[in-house]
Amino acid sequence: MVYGNKTAVRWFTLVCVSEKSLPSEAFEQLAMPHFERLYNFACWLTHDRQEAEDLVQETYAKALKGFPSFQPDTNFRAWIYKILRNTFLTSRTGLSVTATVPLDLEGEDEVLPAVKETPESILLQRSDGKLVQQALEQLPVAYREVLLLCEVEEMSYQEISATLAIPMGTVMSRLSRARSALRNGLRTQLQKG
Amino acid sequence: MVCESWKTKLDTYIDGELPEQEMRTFDAHVRGCPSCSADALTRVQMKRAIQVAGKRYVPSTDFRRRIEQSITPKPKPSFHLGWMLASAAAVILVVGTLTSTYMGSWSGKNKDQASRDRVYSEIADLHVATLASSSPVDVISTDRHTVKPWFQGKIPFAFNLPELQNSEFSLLGGRMTYLDQTPGAHLIYDVRKHHISVFVFQERALSLSLKLPASWDGNSLSPKNLPFNIETWSQGGLRYFVIGDASAADIDSLAKLLKASS
Repeated sequence: MVYGNKTAVRWFTLVCVSEKSLPSEAFEQLAMPHFERLYNFACWLTHDRQEAEDLVQETYAKALKGFPSFQPDTNFRAWIYKILRNTFLTSRTGLSVTATVPLDLEGEDEVLPAVKETPESILLQRSDGKLVQQALEQLPVAYREVLLLCEVEEMSYQEISATLAIPMGTVMSRLSRARSALRNGLRTQLQKG
Repeated sequence: MVCESWKTKLDTYIDGELPEQEMRTFDAHVRGCPSCSADALTRVQMKRAIQVAGKRYVPSTDFRRRIEQSITPKPKPSFHLGWMLASAAAVILVVGTLTSTYMGSWSGKNKDQASRDRVYSEIADLHVATLASSSPVDVISTDRHTVKPWFQGKIPFAFNLPELQNSEFSLLGGRMTYLDQTPGAHLIYDVRKHHISVFVFQERALSLSLKLPASWDGNSLSPKNLPFNIETWSQGGLRYFVIGDASAADIDSLAKLLKASS
């Protein structure tokens, strides 16, 4: 029949209708400014540059895929950092180093005496940053990540809470314990050196 | 030990996370207390040391390029001839089945219903062919104030488009279209990754061209032989078609928005 043939001629190339390009452009504009910092954070989590690259690559892929569900008036940085962290936690390295806060520091909120030259101030005067880096590396990942998010990424407590999916109170107590752990680590280095 | 109570909040103060009033109180105390002042200074120095030490790793330019390439919009895929032939063969098979099903039931339908079904199939053709095209729209814009004026001078009528700000729909753009040589407007909308086509024609011109009855059912949803949901109505001398693989509820919602704007 003429009508049937006309329909058959018009129905062609139905295999793949390409994705919209507009959301990808918006995602690129939002996501690429965070690239270097995400990579830095990934390296601190994984201790391995290749693994960090894989982690960042997977993070961007997941974020792009999930971008349609991202609420535009919410915090994109916290959202993508959360994706990276969750991806790390489910990776082989993440599973092996995760995630319980060391119990020996539970509840210890150390308050330092206010002396003029505390061990830390001496260290800071002598240090070229390597000692601090080594002390950071030796921290449990739960302490290391919260310190990095606060000091390096300069996230607010609220952003850290959203990124790590923990209450604000836990952010504050974990930061306090992380700082204590770092100070202990620096003291140890000072005593060695 | 007055200062001990201050020191428990010293980190929160240094992080700038105390409530505003408490920050001012803390400021005043720190300025007047040498012990807390020295302690605060040490903690600030530690923060800065961590910040400097923490900015350690820099990605290579090659890795940056790879990431950029992985997320930049890709050009519309062009298929090899083999794929085109294979997909055309599959589509012809499906169409043949649908057509034979349609033809088998044709003898039992009245002429008016047959005419309407023919129009639905033509509309479905336009919808599918446009979405499969390498350039589905001639005017790319999410702004109705850009898309609507683009049609002026190209079609012999004017139409209104709805405001979508508080809806789930977004306008992707539009193009000229023809239904049995009758010129019309084809607009493409998106809702949750489903593309919906809206076609607008002059009712009278369409009826003459396709020899449609003077009146027909305004809301014929989901014609049986089509894998789409479709809604059509006449308003202000224009015939509207809304078609897509979105749910019937979404098709109906968009139709309502269009009716309200006309």
